[in-house]
Amino acid sequence: MELVGLTVDKFHSALKSGETTVEAVCKATFDRIEKLNPDLNVYLTVTKDSALERARQLDQQLAAGAELSPLFGVPTAIKDNICTKDVRTTCASKILDTFKPPYSATVVERLEAAGAVVVGKANCDEFAMGSSNENSAYGSVRNPWNLEHVPGGSSGGSAAAVAADLCIVALGSDTGGSVREPASFCGVTGLKPTYGRVSRYGLVAFGSSLDQVGPISKNAADSARVLGVIAGRDWHDSTSSEISVPDYLAALTGDIKGLKLGVPKEAFVEGLHPEVKARIQESIKNFESLGAEIVEVSLPHSEYAIADYYIIATAEASSNLARYDGVKYGFRDADAKTLQEMYKKTRDHGFGSEVKRRIMLGTYVLSSGYYDAYYLKAQKIRTILEQDFRKAFEACDLIVMPTAPVPPFKLGEKTDDPLAMYLADIYTVTINLVGVPGISIPSGFTSDGLPIGCQLIAPHFEEARLLQAADAYERSYPSNRYPNI
Amino acid sequence: MSITRQDVEKIAALANLALTEEEIQTFTVQLSSIVSYVEKMNELDTTDVEPMSHSTLSGDTSYTRREDDPKPSLGADLALSNAPDSGDGHFKVPKVIG
Repeated sequence: MELVGLTVDKFHSALKSGETTVEAVCKATFDRIEKLNPDLNVYLTVTKDSALERARQLDQQLAAGAELSPLFGVPTAIKDNICTKDVRTTCASKILDTFKPPYSATVVERLEAAGAVVVGKANCDEFAMGSSNENSAYGSVRNPWNLEHVPGGSSGGSAAAVAADLCIVALGSDTGGSVREPASFCGVTGLKPTYGRVSRYGLVAFGSSLDQVGPISKNAADSARVLGVIAGRDWHDSTSSEISVPDYLAALTGDIKGLKLGVPKEAFVEGLHPEVKARIQESIKNFESLGAEIVEVSLPHSEYAIADYYIIATAEASSNLARYDGVKYGFRDADAKTLQEMYKKTRDHGFGSEVKRRIMLGTYVLSSGYYDAYYLKAQKIRTILEQDFRKAFEACDLIVMPTAPVPPFKLGEKTDDPLAMYLADIYTVTINLVGVPGISIPSGFTSDGLPIGCQLIAPHFEEARLLQAADAYERSYPSNRYPNI
Repeated sequence: MSITRQDVEKIAALANLALTEEEIQTFTVQLSSIVSYVEKMNELDTTDVEPMSHSTLSGDTSYTRREDDPKPSLGADLALSNAPDSGDGHFKVPKVIG
């Protein structure tokens, strides 16, 4: 069975016709991982034995007449900040190098209950902090389209695994763009659901008011399928919503005639790379030719989003990461003589520099004397940003804008300047602050053959509308290009 | 506003980080640049604006509550299974009082 471009739909058709088996596709996936992972550095842990055993069980069930569950036999990659029972989960950090969670995240349990076969744990930026995947303690992931370029971050391993056909679907997490930006850089589809749509139980916390788990896949239909499985209330996460989960696959009608697509005038400003601008404008025209009505909207406070995000996200991170102190799990500095010394040395030796930088910034903005000026101010601006979106959605059904202001950049290009790296998140962070869902879909390539992503944004809990538009676009304007690896 | 070396040392102590001399120097420069960038927020008047801690709180809040009924938890053995040092059902740490 050809793995390149293989989607769940095609895989399930081949299973039904007897053309392939779950075991055959899983084995072929592991062969491909063995061949390509040394170059791409996508997987930190590969779960070959358990996956092949499970594949054989699923084949037996199929032979005995079992119905195909939504993700039956689907080789799936899980970002390494999502807990998998008894399977090493490092968050790409030295501080959790040996951590084997005693439980699985709700999203993993739900995927497995729907038939998915976990093939491995995907590399990412340490604790999901980064936009290039260069902050992993286990080395950078390479972009399958050009090994000298970054795959985006923080779910760079998940996106590169999908792009390089080292799995069929993957889970990432998105705190400020970490599913959408790597999906854009790797030429695949990545969805950040509404805050509260998907349980965060077992997702290692970074910014708890922003984090969401989301699918990365080769088309919108597969993202719809995965979201339908992982979405919904979970008593382990009190912020998970009781709003019922619609049938996302049924929403993919291919028809978006009359859909009002809002283009924020603030999105096409200086700093936007000319090739990104050209592709997105082309995509907007394509939407129009599919029957969408293009309207101009305004998100007047967009320029404050990066500042706002890096206050709120780092404040929450500094608090969440206080738990890594060498006591309960992971690395402990063995030389320390006292408890206090043990905490400090464990954290200094266990965390990488970006994580420490964010803990420092977050601690500073929460510290006495600065709380009102930074953290409280940022929370108020968050309210203003949400009002911007509410107002914009009065005039349109979806918003369209670039996913990232630049195409995939070169490894090492931005590592010396943290602020320049933060600015790569300019189109994605607001969506997390406001809590609405967003998706990145392929929007063509640069003249150098690097992928560019187009972002669609919907009001809270309108993922069906988002996926419908993404799917309609992908059907009429399929990318049909694969990395040459 | 710029961040001084003393600020960095104070924040590191609050965050339980034993930074090296090189890290202190780098962070002093980098955090100053980030903090002067975020001061951009001061251009906006937020006098009558309510702070927002959580996006779900702006809409339906009913789903953030549930009945207070106890459910099974991990148990001590599993909770201790990843500890660098443990014994007798407890986490072990270096001396607390010198």
